Amino acid sequence: MENLKKKFAGKQAFINLAIIVLTYVLLTVLMSAGLLNRQYTSLLVPIAINVILAVSLNLITGFLGELSLGHAGFMSIGAYVGALITINMDAPEIVELTLALLAGGAVAAFFGFVIGMPVLRLNGDYLAIVTLGFGEIIKSVLISMKITNGAKGLQRIPLYTTYKSYTLVFILMVISILAIMNIVKSRHGRAICSIRDNSIATQSIGINVSRFKVMTFVISAFFAGIAGVLYAHNVGILKPTTFDYNKSIEILVIVVLGGMGSIRGSVIAAIILTALPELLRGADDFRMLLYAVVLIIIMLFNHSKIKEGLLNNNIFGKLFKSNEEKVGE
Amino acid sequence: MALLEVNNLGISFGGLRAVDNFNISIEKGQLYGLIGPNGAGKTTVFNLLTGVYPPTDGSIVLDGVNLNGKSANEICRAGIARTFQNIRLFDKLTVLDNVKTALHNQIKYSLLSSILRTPAYFKAEKAMDKKALEILKVFGLDRIHEYRASNLPYGMQRKLEIARALATNPKIILLDEPAAGMNPTETQELMDMIRFIRDNFDVAVLLIEHDMNLVLGICEQVKVLEYGRIIAEGDPIKVVNDPKVITAYLGE
Ligand SMILES: Nc1ncnc2c1ncn2[C@@H]1O[C@H](COP(=O)(O)OP(=O)(O)OP(=O)(O)O)[C@@H](O)[C@H]1O
Ligand SMILES: [Mg+2]
Repeated sequence: MENLKKKFAGKQAFINLAIIVLTYVLLTVLMSAGLLNRQYTSLLVPIAINVILAVSLNLITGFLGELSLGHAGFMSIGAYVGALITINMDAPEIVELTLALLAGGAVAAFFGFVIGMPVLRLNGDYLAIVTLGFGEIIKSVLISMKITNGAKGLQRIPLYTTYKSYTLVFILMVISILAIMNIVKSRHGRAICSIRDNSIATQSIGINVSRFKVMTFVISAFFAGIAGVLYAHNVGILKPTTFDYNKSIEILVIVVLGGMGSIRGSVIAAIILTALPELLRGADDFRMLLYAVVLIIIMLFNHSKIKEGLLNNNIFGKLFKSNEEKVGE
Repeated sequence: MALLEVNNLGISFGGLRAVDNFNISIEKGQLYGLIGPNGAGKTTVFNLLTGVYPPTDGSIVLDGVNLNGKSANEICRAGIARTFQNIRLFDKLTVLDNVKTALHNQIKYSLLSSILRTPAYFKAEKAMDKKALEILKVFGLDRIHEYRASNLPYGMQRKLEIARALATNPKIILLDEPAAGMNPTETQELMDMIRFIRDNFDVAVLLIEHDMNLVLGICEQVKVLEYGRIIAEGDPIKVVNDPKVITAYLGE
């Protein structure tokens, strides 16, 4: 029994590793063979950024069970902090970027702490409104501050994370996913999930619910900050309006469609929903229509017997299996 | 001094005096019953003892430690665990994880350990699995530890809640109608289990119950509440034959 479980856990880790390595090899082969044109390569980093954003937001919505509409706010903090560092520093690229990532993540995490506080008192719709307000306040502050260059935003940010640095971005994405996956499957993650399932019972077994709520916001904001830094150095310019509530909702849509509490789902949904609008560019007039149709198909798929069937099938099951489904009968 | 000393405990909800001048003194390892008609204030007493509501008056002392003003999670860590009248399990977690969550303060490792999957993580998780299965075994739930909690039948959910409370390593455990919804066989098993955990896990038990067979079968002492006040106390057989108690239950 014990052995069986270990073997299963080992197998799971092996499959994860295999997927990661295969994806990377595939990308490298396609790139070096010149099979990916400009349109595709320019999508790689944005996909990775959205994956990090979705997976980190899932920690709050899927695992803690709170609705947050301020994720773009955390992202913008990371982006601006990171960009200001690399613009004003004169050091080797790797040093600048490392510092930018750490500082961007840390400052965003600090704001996660600040916004985590009201969470202790609010939940549900009220929290959604507070986080929404937070995102908009950050935007206004970015517009009114001198150091962020107001509404004009920041220009000439060094392009450290274009598709040419896809290896680095890929590694950062994998680290982010693994870190969050590992947190979820630990005593800390169980505490977070238990708050979602029943916060009064969580208190009653000696877990400090407030502490874990704040902790979840801090962790989630940290990774959103990292995603922001990657974004800033991918596009080279920052405008406060990029990070409005539409961006937050876009991330939330990815999480919801991927499945609350399913990290794999978030990853897959982030890939599809980032690539799709670009790939549909050829279909111009029908673009938004097709996009909407795909959203509906994914939604139907999520609630269909087909998914259930796939879940019971080993090969596909591994791909879509979410945490909650694993524990079912 | 007794394990749990409660003096003059009381709470008002607006104009309603839900619990008034409640006193109880429970010894180590004692099996204590709290009975009374619907709406008497029994569950409210539990909520006061476990910090869900702050008492309007009175004092709660556990093992010499004053618990007044402590939050619910601090009170659990001080040694009072409980179950709920309306079962409150972690529905989406497995049976095993429900219990492991309650081991949170027993077996620890840092957040960094969980992110980096250090040896400390694996060691602690293994110890948690072992401890949790050991507790589940007492309730016959070890064989279905991979099931989702919400998929268990009602009686098993009640048992799982007790198992989870027990995992917090309490000095006293409060059971709110543990036999509710159980059939006579299950209730009989439950009585054996309660005795077993008292003997083997070194806990005192305070339980609310409407099933008089259970109360008479295992409680060494009982208190009867009506309209928030204690109307009788002492030996279970004597108490249930007390005319005051009979009228409280049956009406005039
Ligand atoms: N949070 C609250 N706010 C207002 N009134 C409350 C609250 N909690 C309990 N009460 C009231 O206090 C009284 C006692 O309720 P309590 O739940 O303690 O009864 P009980 O003895 O557990 O009854 P039962 O056997 O039905 O479970 C009831 O009149 C109830 O309506
Ligand atoms: Mg009650």
